Amino acid sequence: MNPTEVMEPAKTDVEKKYKVIGTRPIRHDGVDKVTGRAVYGADVQLPGMLHGKVLRSPHAHANIKSINTAKAEALYGVKAVMTAADFPDAGSRTANLGELGEVPLKPMCDNVMASDKAVYHGHAVAAVAATSPHIAEEALKLIEVDYEVLPPVMDVLKAMDEDSPLVHEDLYTDELGEKSSKPSNVASHTRHVKGDLSQGFAAADHVLEREYRCATVHQGYIEPHAATAMWNPDGYLTMWVTTQGAFTVRTSVHQILDIPVSKLKVIPTEIGGGFGGKIPVYGEPVAAVLSRKARRPVKVVMDRTEVFLATGPTSGSYVKLKMGVTNEGRITAAETMLAYEAGGYPGSIVALGGICMFAPYNIDNTTIDMYDVVVNKPKTAAYRAPGAPNSEFAVECMLDEFCQILDMDPMEIRLKNGAKEGDIQSHGIPHPRIGCLETTEAARDCEHYQTPLEGPNRGRGVASGYWVNAGLTSSVTARLNGDGTVTLQEGSTDIGGTRTSIAMQLAEVLGIPVEDVVPSVVDTDSVGYTEVTGGSRVTFATGWAAYNAGQAIKSQLIEQAAEIWKVDEDQVSLADGVITTTNGDSRSMTIKELAADLSQKGIDVGSRETVTPQNHGGAYATHVVDVEVDPDTGKVTILRYTAVQDAGRAIHPSYVEGQMQGGVVQGIGWALNEEYFYNKDGLLMNASFLDYRMPTSLDLPMIETIIVEVPNPGHPYGVRGVGEVPIVPPQAAISNAIARAVGVRLGDLPMSPQTVVKALSAKS
Amino acid sequence: MQAFDYVAPKSLSEAVSLLEQKGERARVLSGGTDLIVQVRENRRDVDLIVDGKKVAELMELSFDSQSGLTLGACVPCVRFYEDAQISQLYPGLNDAALLIGGTQIQNRASFGGNLCNSSPAADSIPALIAHSAVCLIAGSGGTHTVAVEDFCTGPGRNVLGPKELLVSFHVPPPPKHFGAHYLRFIPRNEMDIAVVGCGASLEMESDLRTVKKARVSLGAVAPTPLLVAEAAAALEGRELDDSAIENAAAAARAAARPITDMRGTEEYRVHLAGVLTRRALETSLERAKED
Ligand SMILES: Cc1cc2nc3c(=O)[nH]c(=O)nc-3n(C[C@H](O)[C@H](O)[C@H](O)COP(=O)(O)OP(=O)(O)OC[C@H]3O[C@@H](n4cnc5c(N)ncnc54)[C@H](O)[C@@H]3O)c2cc1C
Repeated sequence: MNPTEVMEPAKTDVEKKYKVIGTRPIRHDGVDKVTGRAVYGADVQLPGMLHGKVLRSPHAHANIKSINTAKAEALYGVKAVMTAADFPDAGSRTANLGELGEVPLKPMCDNVMASDKAVYHGHAVAAVAATSPHIAEEALKLIEVDYEVLPPVMDVLKAMDEDSPLVHEDLYTDELGEKSSKPSNVASHTRHVKGDLSQGFAAADHVLEREYRCATVHQGYIEPHAATAMWNPDGYLTMWVTTQGAFTVRTSVHQILDIPVSKLKVIPTEIGGGFGGKIPVYGEPVAAVLSRKARRPVKVVMDRTEVFLATGPTSGSYVKLKMGVTNEGRITAAETMLAYEAGGYPGSIVALGGICMFAPYNIDNTTIDMYDVVVNKPKTAAYRAPGAPNSEFAVECMLDEFCQILDMDPMEIRLKNGAKEGDIQSHGIPHPRIGCLETTEAARDCEHYQTPLEGPNRGRGVASGYWVNAGLTSSVTARLNGDGTVTLQEGSTDIGGTRTSIAMQLAEVLGIPVEDVVPSVVDTDSVGYTEVTGGSRVTFATGWAAYNAGQAIKSQLIEQAAEIWKVDEDQVSLADGVITTTNGDSRSMTIKELAADLSQKGIDVGSRETVTPQNHGGAYATHVVDVEVDPDTGKVTILRYTAVQDAGRAIHPSYVEGQMQGGVVQGIGWALNEEYFYNKDGLLMNASFLDYRMPTSLDLPMIETIIVEVPNPGHPYGVRGVGEVPIVPPQAAISNAIARAVGVRLGDLPMSPQTVVKALSAKS
Repeated sequence: MQAFDYVAPKSLSEAVSLLEQKGERARVLSGGTDLIVQVRENRRDVDLIVDGKKVAELMELSFDSQSGLTLGACVPCVRFYEDAQISQLYPGLNDAALLIGGTQIQNRASFGGNLCNSSPAADSIPALIAHSAVCLIAGSGGTHTVAVEDFCTGPGRNVLGPKELLVSFHVPPPPKHFGAHYLRFIPRNEMDIAVVGCGASLEMESDLRTVKKARVSLGAVAPTPLLVAEAAAALEGRELDDSAIENAAAAARAAARPITDMRGTEEYRVHLAGVLTRRALETSLERAKED
């Protein structure tokens, strides 16, 4: 592609209406990143800094009877050794994690470092700070841990068995609001009911019942976790962290270490991907305690193996689904049971799986049963549209099966049942204005779908997806400089180019070039409270805060100009960076001129904004994929892929396209090859990018993108979150394509070559 | 990782005497694409690294129509496939050289390192076996030779004594009407370890239909790469039609005794042994016809 082509603004209606929105400016942080100057988590260096390393459990499930650190402490170069005993007693305290809700503190502390029990292979049990990483590593070998090895339970259904080994002896089921009498691995069972299932199934002409499984998969961000802590003797703790949410780290560390929030400052570094996995804390409290003990700054950087072993994969899951349709393809009823692995501690994202599962369709009768189940795997974390791919995979595969039974076009069944504004969702809440139908129509009409696919062992698959998105709290501080530029400080760490997409919204209000806005991501002492970069919320919510800041600056400028011109404020307007009178005397000055004047006079123009918008509006996507299957080896090649998605309003279309492509790539990996492979003792055997097979560039075609814009009435510019929904459809789209290529339906992910061969030989 | 010493001897005798002194605590370094990774990841402890890349015999790459190919143990893949004559004469070795890692890895990785690392899934070993390569080994007692198929004794283990090193491979000149091929199956298109690998070679009669001599070798289906004599027996003296190829594939499946691990199940690997044997023979035949 010719790079200048990318820079050319898209010639759309939006472009005519807006000056900045809908264009594709160069990102503000681009030069730093392409020249290697940007400071990521592991780049932090401080005078006298020590290196921390973590000792991890070699067992999937074991009681820790004792830990002896004496030999490690005696090693030359070792400055501090810690265990969970160095954390204050968590007792029954709770932590508020915003999006993730109010959670008990003890499991969170135990996940950071096991106190009495290791509940997964790689669970942290002790840590060392030394003058070099190599000495720290050698010291780990000198720590003696006495384990009592217990049988592990690795699979969600086995964990639900009455006679399964218990991950926690003191965990009781919250069974539809009642506490169970016997301990269990099932942390909770919740249910949504809408309509009447028996009526719904009675009205159906065809009923299918199937099981679907997803293996445990990891977010696979390129940058491993890294945290540096400097705990000064005066009690002030400063941390440099690669994180999706500096304020969430502050809250978590403050709770775990039981120190006042005012004594803790978190400075977010640049971040090399997170996808939800950089919301929980891991090495942060460890670095802090080591720093307090050693009285020196300590940096804890994970390697890739540690990332796989001990940080948030998403839930492995079991889904049972029964659906009924009429001969005309109308869905009459759906009944489902979702069982999601939470990992070593309760709190999977099964609830979101339930909310999203049927959201692309208007179904009168649905029942959803959701189970949150602990197993001996790492505690799960959010992963791009957390929970949704697992459950929607089932629906999208089954719809395709109905299409084959009914001889119906896959787009037709989706349009026939498609959700629209006012339809009541399965959890009882009506849809706001959504772009479900518009997205499916655009997919149906696209060149890819309209071009027939030919050739043996080839098939085309279609699937749709929904993600709920999030609003939550965001803050910015904006200040006009004397040269007419605007400094914009924000609390949202920038993962996908959001410095620019936020700055563009402020620039649009003032009608100035986005290059005249200077955005920076700042620490927790320097901006108002801001929730995590997650839930596809930053361009939506932080963008809105920037919009408000723009409006505030605009009215302050108008006020100042009116003062200078001695006219009423309502006789002054601001557009395209120029302030003019509207009373016919045609006076005008540019923002730059006024800014210079005000700065001379010592008048500060700026604003501090915090928003918590509620109407974030959900996101829809429909994907089309062509595959070719090698029937001898079972290998699936992606020939062509088109992703269609409603962005509400694409502020920076390149970043929207990038999110769509990135989501698809992760979905393809999830569909075809990614999985945690455990041996019979519950030990993870593929904790590396060699054997945990994410797709490489050679495994992918160019992902084509089509942006649909159904503006979200809940945002001044119509923005909907775009980051997560594109990971939802690929798994089913590919399964459906394989079914149409070689006639086998695969309901278990991943659909690795060996599973395809197995299914083919079972068929013949 | 602990500190270690590094020496780059300039002669074979110097290299041998260094190994003499340090024994098990010394390792020969070729491209380092296995060794450095293993040391960094605490999978191997060493006191002394003996770099072979300054020793002439270990870096030799030459062809002679009488004696065939001499391939020094430390010659990187890139030198092999960028040599127009040699890469054409030994197509199976060329396939392997082009498959190992990516471009950066191929600039360092050697056939010698690949063999001495002795992974059951190593890509060059079945290719070397298909081409009937023989190893020249040096130690304090002088030199001796071992056929490549007899070199590995288990995963990561081989016939080299602690004070010995691999000097070079010697591969006979290709006869008339000869073709060879190495291929592997990986789930992705790059950056994977062979689930199964297969090297084959065919020497055809002048009718280009009857097999004079055949060799079939499998990787990743047993503790060591295998030479499947039964597959050769199913082909030699026969016409290379579908049923002969299927017989060879069946022999390959029968010889395979893989394990189930994260790279593939036992059942799948047995299946692939047959598929890859078929494909390796078909390509070898095409190449023999072009020869
Ligand atoms: C990213 C990556 C991708 C890879 N992809 C592949 C692949 O696709 N296929 C594949 O087969 N391998 C692959 N490998 C593994 C490795 O590159 C190969 O095995 C390579 O051929 C090793 O050669 P080397 O010269 O780097 O060996 P080194 O690492 O230098 O040595 C390997 C071992 O052999 C010993 N040794 C080396 N030379 C001698 C000698 N002359 N005498 C005695 N002992 C000796 C060393 O002590 C060491 O134990 C990959 C590795 C990496 C890092």
